Amino acid sequence: MGKEYKTITDIAGPLVFLEKTEPVAYGELVTITLPDGTVRRGQVLDTSKDFVVVQVFEGTRGLDKSCSVRFTGDVVKLNCSKDMLGRILSGSGEPIDGGPKIVPEERREIVGAAINPYARQYPREFIQTGISAIDGMNTLVRGQKLPIFSGSGLPHNDIALQIARQAKVRGTEEEFAIVFAAMGITYEEAHQFMKEFERTGALERAVVFLNLASDPAIERLITPRMALTAAEFLAYEYDYHILVILTDMTNYCEALREISAAREEVPGRRGYPGYMYTDLATIYERAGRIRGRKGTITQMPILTMPGDDITHPIPDLTGYITEGQIVLSRELHAKGIYPPIDVLPSLSRLMKEGIGKGMTREDHKEWNDQMYAAYAEGVDLRGLVAIVGEEALSERDRRYLKFADEFERRFVNQGKYEDRDIEYTLDLGWELLAILPEEELTKIRREYIEKYHPKYRKKKAEGEAS
Amino acid sequence: MEVKTAGSVGEIYRISGPLVVAEGLKAKMYDVCKVGEEGLMGEVVGIRGDKILIQVYEDTSGVRPGEKVINTGMPLSVELGPGMLGTIYDGVQRPLPALKEVSGDFIGRGIEAPGLDRKKKWHFKPTVKKGDKVKGGDIIGVVKETELISEHRILVPPNISGTITEIYEGDFTVEDTVAVLDNGTELKLYHKWPVRIPRPYVEKLPPEIPLITGQRILDTFFPVAKGGTAAIPGPFGSGKTVTQHQLAKWADAQIIVYIGCGERGNEMTEVLEEFPELKDPRTGRPLMERTVLIANTSNMPVAAREASVYTGITIAEYFRDMGYDVAIQADSTSRWAEAMREISGRLEEMPGEEGYPAYLASRLAEFYERAGRVKTLSGHIGSVTVVGAVSPPGGDFSEPVTQNTLRIVKVFWALDAKLAARRHFPAINWLQSYSLYVETLRPWFEKNVAPDWGELRNWAMEVLQEEANLQEIVQLVGSDALPDAQRILLEVARMIREIYLIQYAYDPVDTYCPLEKQYDMLKGIKMINDWMYKALEMGKPVEEIIGVKGKEKFARAKFEENYKPVLEEALEEIRKNLLGE
Repeated sequence: MGKEYKTITDIAGPLVFLEKTEPVAYGELVTITLPDGTVRRGQVLDTSKDFVVVQVFEGTRGLDKSCSVRFTGDVVKLNCSKDMLGRILSGSGEPIDGGPKIVPEERREIVGAAINPYARQYPREFIQTGISAIDGMNTLVRGQKLPIFSGSGLPHNDIALQIARQAKVRGTEEEFAIVFAAMGITYEEAHQFMKEFERTGALERAVVFLNLASDPAIERLITPRMALTAAEFLAYEYDYHILVILTDMTNYCEALREISAAREEVPGRRGYPGYMYTDLATIYERAGRIRGRKGTITQMPILTMPGDDITHPIPDLTGYITEGQIVLSRELHAKGIYPPIDVLPSLSRLMKEGIGKGMTREDHKEWNDQMYAAYAEGVDLRGLVAIVGEEALSERDRRYLKFADEFERRFVNQGKYEDRDIEYTLDLGWELLAILPEEELTKIRREYIEKYHPKYRKKKAEGEAS
Repeated sequence: MEVKTAGSVGEIYRISGPLVVAEGLKAKMYDVCKVGEEGLMGEVVGIRGDKILIQVYEDTSGVRPGEKVINTGMPLSVELGPGMLGTIYDGVQRPLPALKEVSGDFIGRGIEAPGLDRKKKWHFKPTVKKGDKVKGGDIIGVVKETELISEHRILVPPNISGTITEIYEGDFTVEDTVAVLDNGTELKLYHKWPVRIPRPYVEKLPPEIPLITGQRILDTFFPVAKGGTAAIPGPFGSGKTVTQHQLAKWADAQIIVYIGCGERGNEMTEVLEEFPELKDPRTGRPLMERTVLIANTSNMPVAAREASVYTGITIAEYFRDMGYDVAIQADSTSRWAEAMREISGRLEEMPGEEGYPAYLASRLAEFYERAGRVKTLSGHIGSVTVVGAVSPPGGDFSEPVTQNTLRIVKVFWALDAKLAARRHFPAINWLQSYSLYVETLRPWFEKNVAPDWGELRNWAMEVLQEEANLQEIVQLVGSDALPDAQRILLEVARMIREIYLIQYAYDPVDTYCPLEKQYDMLKGIKMINDWMYKALEMGKPVEEIIGVKGKEKFARAKFEENYKPVLEEALEEIRKNLLGE
């Protein structure tokens, strides 16, 4: 153990400045003991021969110059063990479920090293979430990082829970677990998550990290890294397939901005630090598959777009790093559609390799193109209807309008506990495509139309019956 | 007098993320230093009094003040010689497979790995003989590097000249001496070159040959010249990376340097898995044999990201100096600019617009200026074409990186989120994009493809332009209210958009469209256009003209390898349906 110092010179926001220390390592873990004996933890942000800057995870409330500071000579680590499964931990990795301490099999640095791109394996395995708007239109694959872009008041938590409940890779019985990290969410939301986890028995195969809105903001900076360290441990040591749910990344970014402001750094856009892209990347890029290893890490970060603005730095930088995004729409929500997923701005970059013959179904790719084009056209036409009225439209246009409406009401809309398999989703899509004149289905090859279009299926069924 | 900085040892004074401040060190700007006990690689970026500011290419966690810093006295350099093709490097030319061997699946720190394999032997065939006078940049022999690049030309380093006193044929490693000059200089298969200094050439030549990409919207409407510069700005999800990958796959350059600068790890993996499988359409060899990959993904150290674009362009210039046409894809230059911003912030420099350093514009200009078609020192003609992706925050093209890039580049491929949302790919907006090479390249196309190439292109652009004007009216009154001739125009424009401009990157045939096919398709649309107007004159109802049968077949031709019969059959059907026998 290192020496104790009582040389604090300044305290500013979450930062503590010290002088006259021994050489302190960059990133070193620090413990600060208050006069009443409570201990806070922190990390070295800047170190030199003359001064040291420490960011205090649990906040600086109650600190004064008389506090004693000890440098541990170690960086921040998480106690990792298979026994983490089924446990609820604080945002900095301490058990808060009243259970025993976690006996570490290994203590891992929470700042994970970057995966060598040469060691990665391209994600290709289809994860069925049971949600049509995701499985059919923006398919998730194992090892992908696919965020949900939401807004305040939208049911992103319900969707996350539904995915956590229903997600599976078909035809495999492999070990599957969830790592759930909450950053700055309210007690009520946390309670909803916990209740649901317990009710469905999902908690047994989950590790939960909770940093509530009332917990120190700075702790949020380490919570996702703790969670990902746990995920990596379970995935790469115990071959688990891990789904990591991080909510709400917006709170994480706010904490990042707070630190940056306290350090008086030159701000980038809207006061967020210029390195926020890099910082977020060190979280999101920890998703993936590695050649020769069984376990995988799939990430589903959730963020609320301030003012529903997708160009705000938080969703914007996230979108540049993640492999697509699922965007929720307030308009659909207002129409009573659940999940209110707006498929047009949504995207899954990795779906092309995860769908098709042998993975979902042979017609999926072309079906997807056609569904997208048809819905986009229908939505465009709504704008026209608002001006000229529906009577002025041609028959073809009216059918597109109908398609768009049915798409939202029947295809996107589904129950919170409704688990649709991919065949159901695709067939439902075909039923909607049958609304359109057949010659409009230019994106799908003839062969598939004759095989899957309800008209031909019906004929075939009749033929077989007679 | 020059101060010797090599071997100078100092001490760390301060560490702040990727920035380390040393004292007691003798250093020049851009000297490479080994920092701390682990020997992390860094580069001098500032000198303030007796303090030396170093940007470190690796994570600095655990490094303490007081640890030593050793100056190598050398600027950041790359090793140029056989063995680069087919390899994937990090931002400072360390081969990623070598890093994997040392530190496993995750990238460790302080690992030294030379850019070129020291053990592999290459067969060297001299092309000069004893007594020949050689100067910098001259070719002294060749090495067969891959089947695709059977002539890796070994160059005299640019700053060396003399008379050959000895030269050998045989199998050599890159470090063996293959020739000796009269002044005692030993020439090897490789030499080093500092990445921040452009390699010399005799003169720049005008760009008059197009870089054929096999992408219809690029080749026909917004072509880039060999040795030219292009930018692809677009919001996320609009297809920057797919477009860059398409260029890396199909562009008719002999060498491709692909720089993944601060982007996704899986994207590099995709290239790594896909390129060895893909065949070059001209030679049938795996594309990987002509490709050098540089991967500095977003979670790898930020300072190395700053270096990666220089590493890439220096490798490109080296192949150019052999007389090859090289194309660079830099994805994304915005990440490079952000890396500059981050380092600049740590240096506490006065920020310019949006926190970017004031020298952003000049750095971008310097980089793109290294593109060009040149006469090399050895008298060959080679070129470096630079295509930079730009990732503007929020898709807003008015931000500093996009604006400063557009001031330099000659081709602008504007990606459009709206087109992407309706799955119109490549989502390049035909009204916003431009190419300043259209007129300079027109003679080439008219000579090598068809005499009416330019005319046809301009006709199609006019139709699209006119469509945009009409769309405003259609939005108000619906298309049925338009005069017949304009309704035909809308239909022709729709055909140009949906048949010609939409190109499927993942379709095995449509992914690459040869120039002749491009011409035939567009010419076909023009013919249909003429017949439609003629049919209108003959009194055919406009609904029948617009809905003429045979268009679906015409549209399918792009998915056919042997497209001509399909195209002709479809055209014949359409002609009959419109004009009768």
